Amino acid sequence: MSTASYSTFAHIGWVLRGNPLTAVSAAGVAVLCLLAAVGPYLVPYDPIASNVAIALQAPSAAHWAGTDQLGRDVFSRTIVAARLDLMIAASAVSLSFVIGAVVGSISGYVGGRLDQVIGRFVDVLMAFPLFVLAMALVAALGNRVENIVIATAFINLPFYIRFARAEVNVRRNAGWVESARACGDSHLSVILRFLLPNILPAMAVQISLNLGWAVLNAAGLSFIGLGVRQPTPEWGIMVAEGARFISTGNWWLVACPGFALMVTVLFFNLLGDGLRDILDPRMRT
Amino acid sequence: MNASQLLKIEDLHVSFSTRNGLVHAVRGVSLQLDVGETLGIVGESGSGKSVTAFAVTHLLEASGRITAGKIAYKGQDITHANWKTLRSVHGAAIAMIFQNPRAALNPIRTVGLQIADAIRVHSHITMAEARVRALELLYDVMIREPEKRLDAYPHELSGGMCQRIMIAMAVASEPDLLIADEPTTGLDVTTQKTVMDLLGSITAKRGMATILITHDLGLAAKYCGRVTVMERGLMVEDAPPKQLFSTPSHPYTKRLVAASPTLTSTISDLVAGSVQGSLPVCLKPSVKSQSKSTMLLAVQQLSKHYPGAITAVSKVSFTLGCGDSLGLVGESGSGKSTIARMLCRLIDASHGEIVFDGIAVGSIAASDFHKSALRKDIQIVFQDPHDSLNPRFSAFDCIAHPLRRLMGMKSGELLTNAVNECALRVGLPLDLLGRFPHQLSGGQKARIGIARAIACKPRLLVLDEPTAALDVSVQAVILQLLDRLRREEGLTFLFVSHDLNVVRMMCERTIVLRHGEIIEEGLSCDIFSSPQSDYTRALIAAIPHFEPDAPQISLAELMIEPA
Repeated sequence: MSTASYSTFAHIGWVLRGNPLTAVSAAGVAVLCLLAAVGPYLVPYDPIASNVAIALQAPSAAHWAGTDQLGRDVFSRTIVAARLDLMIAASAVSLSFVIGAVVGSISGYVGGRLDQVIGRFVDVLMAFPLFVLAMALVAALGNRVENIVIATAFINLPFYIRFARAEVNVRRNAGWVESARACGDSHLSVILRFLLPNILPAMAVQISLNLGWAVLNAAGLSFIGLGVRQPTPEWGIMVAEGARFISTGNWWLVACPGFALMVTVLFFNLLGDGLRDILDPRMRT
Repeated sequence: MNASQLLKIEDLHVSFSTRNGLVHAVRGVSLQLDVGETLGIVGESGSGKSVTAFAVTHLLEASGRITAGKIAYKGQDITHANWKTLRSVHGAAIAMIFQNPRAALNPIRTVGLQIADAIRVHSHITMAEARVRALELLYDVMIREPEKRLDAYPHELSGGMCQRIMIAMAVASEPDLLIADEPTTGLDVTTQKTVMDLLGSITAKRGMATILITHDLGLAAKYCGRVTVMERGLMVEDAPPKQLFSTPSHPYTKRLVAASPTLTSTISDLVAGSVQGSLPVCLKPSVKSQSKSTMLLAVQQLSKHYPGAITAVSKVSFTLGCGDSLGLVGESGSGKSTIARMLCRLIDASHGEIVFDGIAVGSIAASDFHKSALRKDIQIVFQDPHDSLNPRFSAFDCIAHPLRRLMGMKSGELLTNAVNECALRVGLPLDLLGRFPHQLSGGQKARIGIARAIACKPRLLVLDEPTAALDVSVQAVILQLLDRLRREEGLTFLFVSHDLNVVRMMCERTIVLRHGEIIEEGLSCDIFSSPQSDYTRALIAAIPHFEPDAPQISLAELMIEPA
């Protein structure tokens, strides 16, 4: 075994070279984040201003992705929507990750009665069709963006709890956990400072896959009329609106936001595996 | 070609392609084996002994390749043979036994079916006939109640029984060559003896040739007709065991022989050319402890029960004076590790008292002990140096952890100095402190584990099999280090081990445990020279020795029932 250690950048470079798909998806996610940050300042048209005189125009040099039924530029609206969609997904996933990882770790570490209670709660949650559960939650809590975040986080929770529980369960009897106790750590401190950082690489994969799924979920809720409302640009609602005009041949209303949605989900899914390799210190030798 | 020649390896080279380029695991090994011969390959981890065997049976992992050399079996070149040719050779003619028998058996099939499978691969008989054959094989491997075992699953059997099943599967197809890769590592010493005796008799009866791969010189000496020593991919010596171990010629063999504990060796003997001068064969209680040393630890009627009426430890009592060293010896399941964990306040006892320095620490709950001022006074070194280090902590962080937690040191010069000092005390080069556990060798990791345990200057150091996972030459160095630390820093040791020779060297007093109870207790030299109980006698007799004149007692004489 060679003992040479690689610097962080050299290591990331090595992972990306060995796995070009990860490199492509990482670049894609970076572009998406950049668009979310500065997109609204770059777009050629105001995404909300309507101009009925140019309604339903096919893609042209002036309007790259055509215009919708109110004459708004579809391309501009798609770019501007990236911020909202990514924000919803990121907040929902961080919320379910933080709660799920802590609850799941405690469940896996303590075991016994507590583990059974948490386990059954998770089982009950998973017994519902998740999208229907999210619909019900948003309908009950009120038709607002933050409630989409809460609903999406809630239906993701069981996966994080189960995952963290299983990962902690196999490590709870490891020698380094016992030695941390001998060095004066309390049980809680062992969970938070030792076990959680160790399950992070495995959870990174889950987070990445989940981000794509959360984007889809938020768009789905908007598509059926929950959460984001007109005229706010959002991919799901744009697809829902545009779907009404497909029968009349105005395909471009759906094409651009639909493509954005698909590419985003794809990038996040592809990123997962590479992330695990990057985060695991054992891969650095 | 010699007709009696079974296997001939000529100038074998095996390389693995890794991220850091090619690693040459075997660099020119030549050996030959005659029909019915028993060859031992000994060497430490990384010496390429297992890789050589895997190359013969074409079990190298995907990244490994035979880059040069020739392997001939009965005169037929099988170096690059395809799977079809191999299938007729492997299994039918070459069988293999692996290190961890439980992991090598399929957990969801009964052992009878698995043996039948092994038979049916090479002979076309019905399942019913195969079952009869399997039962015969179970009789051959002398398993108790073979009819019942036929329908048992691997998890219902002990480690020793699983290894007997593996032997049955290996001989099922009547091979001419059996390769046993560390077949008894992880088994108790008495189980090891019965399994090896069985392996010896079964191969002798069938005229099978055997290659025994092991790190244990005693085992190779006792069971092999010829022994080859390997070091870092090279063969360094090849001779009959008597000659090899009494007059080793290669420097590496000399070092290996010197580092192996024997019946009479002392700590300072373990490394050839040691300048420390020789200590007496048995440690006599030091003058200080004879003059009524102060009591540090008193354990009274300590018991540990688990749900389901399982008793791990039953009414164990002993005392330990300041600066003393006490050994806890026993086989797996004897409760020695459970006692260590109760004393370290990692788990709670069911009954009994633990008095440390006049304070009843047993009454402090294990989950609250981290707040106690005594936490830093009782520290532990764990069995597996790799498993006991957090994979995400560098060596520095591992040693700094107790200092931060228990001594309240914040990051800064004070902490850095303290960590550096600990590293120097255990002989760990300071430039290794930035590395992560997976970048360090077993010996280096063991030093970190010890440095972490002594960082807060504890008064009682519990050592839970601290060298069980280490190579013999590394073990020698670590034992010397521990002995030096004890003398220089006045530490009190509780040394838990299954290895009686090691305990004899390290401890003045020894307690022998079995099924959670104390079987025998006394000065180590007395226990070794005149053991009182049959169990202790069996334990001592089962240790394989490589000295030509070592006494050999069979287990049958001692009436110990086999595993």
